Amino acid sequence: MNLEYSAEEIAFRDEVRAFIRDNYPAHLRDIESRDKMNREDFLAWHKILGKKGWSAPAWPVEYGGTGWTSTQRYIWGEENALAETTPLLPFGLSMVAPVIYTFGTPEQKAYYLPRILSGEDWWCQGYSEPGAGSDLAGLRTTAVRKGDKYIVNGQKTWTTLAQYADWGFFLCRTDPDAKKQEGISFILIDMKSPGVTVRPIIMLDGGHEVNDVYLDNVEVPVENLVGKENQGWTCAKFLLAHERSGIAGVARSKRGVERLKDLARAELADDGGPLIRDDDFRRKIAELEIDLSALEYTELRVLANEHAGKGPGVESSLLKVKGTEIQQRLTELAMEAVGNYTMPYFRSAGDGNDFAVGPDYAKMTAPSYFNMRKTSIFGGSNEIQRNIIAKMVLGL
Amino acid sequence: MDFNFTDEQTMLRDSIAKFVAAEYDFDKRKAILKSADGWSKKAWATFAELGLMAAPLPEEYGGLGGGPVDTLVIMEEFGKGLVVEPWLQTVVIGGGFLKHAGSEAQKQEHIAAIASGERIVAFAYAEPKGRYNLSDVSTTAKKDGAGYVINGHKAVVIGAPQADHLIVTARTAGGQRDAKGVSAFIVAKNAKGVTTRDYATIDGFRASEVYFENVSVGADALIGAADGALPLVEKVVDEAIAGLCAEAVGTFRLMHSLTLEYARQRKQFGVAIGSFQVLQHRMVDMFMATEQSISMAYMATLKLDESDTERAKAVSAAKVQIGKSGRFIGQAAVQIHGGMGVTEEMRVGHYFKRATMIDAQFGNVDHHVKKFTNLSMPQAA
Ligand SMILES: Cc1cc2nc3c(=O)[nH]c(=O)nc-3n(C[C@H](O)[C@H](O)[C@H](O)COP(=O)(O)OP(=O)(O)OC[C@H]3O[C@@H](n4cnc5c(N)ncnc54)[C@H](O)[C@@H]3O)c2cc1C
Repeated sequence: MNLEYSAEEIAFRDEVRAFIRDNYPAHLRDIESRDKMNREDFLAWHKILGKKGWSAPAWPVEYGGTGWTSTQRYIWGEENALAETTPLLPFGLSMVAPVIYTFGTPEQKAYYLPRILSGEDWWCQGYSEPGAGSDLAGLRTTAVRKGDKYIVNGQKTWTTLAQYADWGFFLCRTDPDAKKQEGISFILIDMKSPGVTVRPIIMLDGGHEVNDVYLDNVEVPVENLVGKENQGWTCAKFLLAHERSGIAGVARSKRGVERLKDLARAELADDGGPLIRDDDFRRKIAELEIDLSALEYTELRVLANEHAGKGPGVESSLLKVKGTEIQQRLTELAMEAVGNYTMPYFRSAGDGNDFAVGPDYAKMTAPSYFNMRKTSIFGGSNEIQRNIIAKMVLGL
Repeated sequence: MDFNFTDEQTMLRDSIAKFVAAEYDFDKRKAILKSADGWSKKAWATFAELGLMAAPLPEEYGGLGGGPVDTLVIMEEFGKGLVVEPWLQTVVIGGGFLKHAGSEAQKQEHIAAIASGERIVAFAYAEPKGRYNLSDVSTTAKKDGAGYVINGHKAVVIGAPQADHLIVTARTAGGQRDAKGVSAFIVAKNAKGVTTRDYATIDGFRASEVYFENVSVGADALIGAADGALPLVEKVVDEAIAGLCAEAVGTFRLMHSLTLEYARQRKQFGVAIGSFQVLQHRMVDMFMATEQSISMAYMATLKLDESDTERAKAVSAAKVQIGKSGRFIGQAAVQIHGGMGVTEEMRVGHYFKRATMIDAQFGNVDHHVKKFTNLSMPQAA
């Protein structure tokens, strides 16, 4: 056991820090929320990293991974969080790509993986349906084989950022007579295909980040099936485990704690002193920081295990629950910190609210709080994660 | 001991509920919020017709002579309907200042106008750096002949865009946070030197930043004693907080019932999600938090006329209960709704937003725990 970085690791940290400093696009620093980002903004950093060969540190080297050790990957995450770079979207890089390089054909790997690495294609995740959320295997979208095509019909929902997507990976029922999990296939669909309609769902904070996706007699070439027909559930579950492992967001939350302290330094308590000197408030920040520390070392232990050859296991459920609770707590405290100025709402352009009052840091506090409630719902709700732990870890 | 409502109060409740169902349902409210002004003059006129403005105001000035329990009934129904019109600001706060401390002339001029629905009042007290401290006032009112000249910036003044008059706290003596030296004024919003910057709040209200630049007012603008308004401000704010607690209770009841309804009807894994024990317990906890909040809202309302200390303790205690319960109930309600809970199209999220913002108004949980602690366990004792 040893917590220190080696000389090589320190050199690596300096290298990536310098790279981020010299290459991260300046204009992205000024964007205050995801809602204000356009497609190119989302992809800008991804594309720069794609050119450098650093967009997918977790992939096997043969497909374009960096070959970094888990410590180097940890450093990479820390440095990005520190510099507050825009997070790379997970749908291509950390969801569909691992499925493709694990279960895909050589042709699929050759076509899709480089385009994901470079940021050329934008992916979305077509899993959930109105009737199939936590009970994902209850999905009803069908893909019926006709010659060399599948004809896909159904409705997906909650599809994050599908409004920008070139491609989607969809779970479709290919055998209506099989048991729930057994008749499902994992199919890649070109979002520009005729019959695909994307409609916005507006969230509580006023933002448009999720959509309904309607599939109406969409024709999909059979070579877009990944893995075997009716064995899509294997891909789906494999992917969910990958989805969860990044979800702890430790490095970003560490940065979030620092931001919260900055905010508490700028705000005044009722007695006129800095809020960060207020006993009640500083204690809450401290407790959060301690929780985060526990999560960080839990994640490091999990990563070390993974390195030792045990894939991401049910531990990812623990990381998901604790990670999202901390992310949510951060937004609660930020909202508390700014007092009255959490109330003004300045998002929706067009209603005259395009200006800001109060300190700059205050204006996204309430919208972020409302928005972040999603984290305990998506990626398998926190109740479902606890069920998984109860069953798989505790054997109950 | 009696926790029953009078027949009149029950009728008042029913008439508001009926109004909300007919004129202020989810879609109609949405249209009101989307309109340029963001509130409904028609609803305001109906409130006046129903006697809501007059209800807690004194009879000799056109009121109906009711009291805090009427306010509780009205605010709870407003919470259920998520009503955004500035009734609390106008009637409870504006009316409160005037009825407790207004001069005869001020009462004659303003209370009748409030009771009839003609006058809308907003309360300009918070300042950009003042947080929740009511004595933190750096807006100044300097003596000028017989009157005063006001200068300063008031933050997040709810209802100011609709208001024609403002009640303003300003410092007439002492240092920025001194208890002594605070005075209250009633100022016409169209007075020379008053400017506003209007906006919506995240829970659908309208508010303004209000700027006073050399605003001259006469001596007759002063409400109560010069330099000594803080106890009055505290009393009226406590009455407003009791109203907010009742409003919060309305939102809690709705969040709880909407969630129960959803959990009964939403099926996953072939069963209603309400059959999962972990969700059942969460809904039970929501129920218990709602009941405790109702109790505290009643308690605060019934103690408004006690001594300053008793009143303040009761109100702070209620605000703490409401703040904590609001967070728990709101988060649980959204969580149990799953993805639907975080969308604009579901009612539950709108209650969640309002309940959350109530904690941010007139002091959050931390503020009132501190206040309660100091009242309950004074340092000197
Ligand atoms: C912002 C956002 C983005 C999303 N992005 C995507 C995306 O890109 N692609 C995609 O496919 N999906 C996406 N989702 C969908 C997400 O995965 C689902 O919302 C999630 O699986 C929950 O399903 P549901 O919303 O239908 O809730 P439900 O499954 O109806 O759950 C409702 C409540 O019941 C609880 N519950 C359900 N089953 C049980 C049980 N057995 N025991 C105890 N409690 C239970 C849940 O925890 C929850 O509290 C997104 C969701 C959100 C909110």
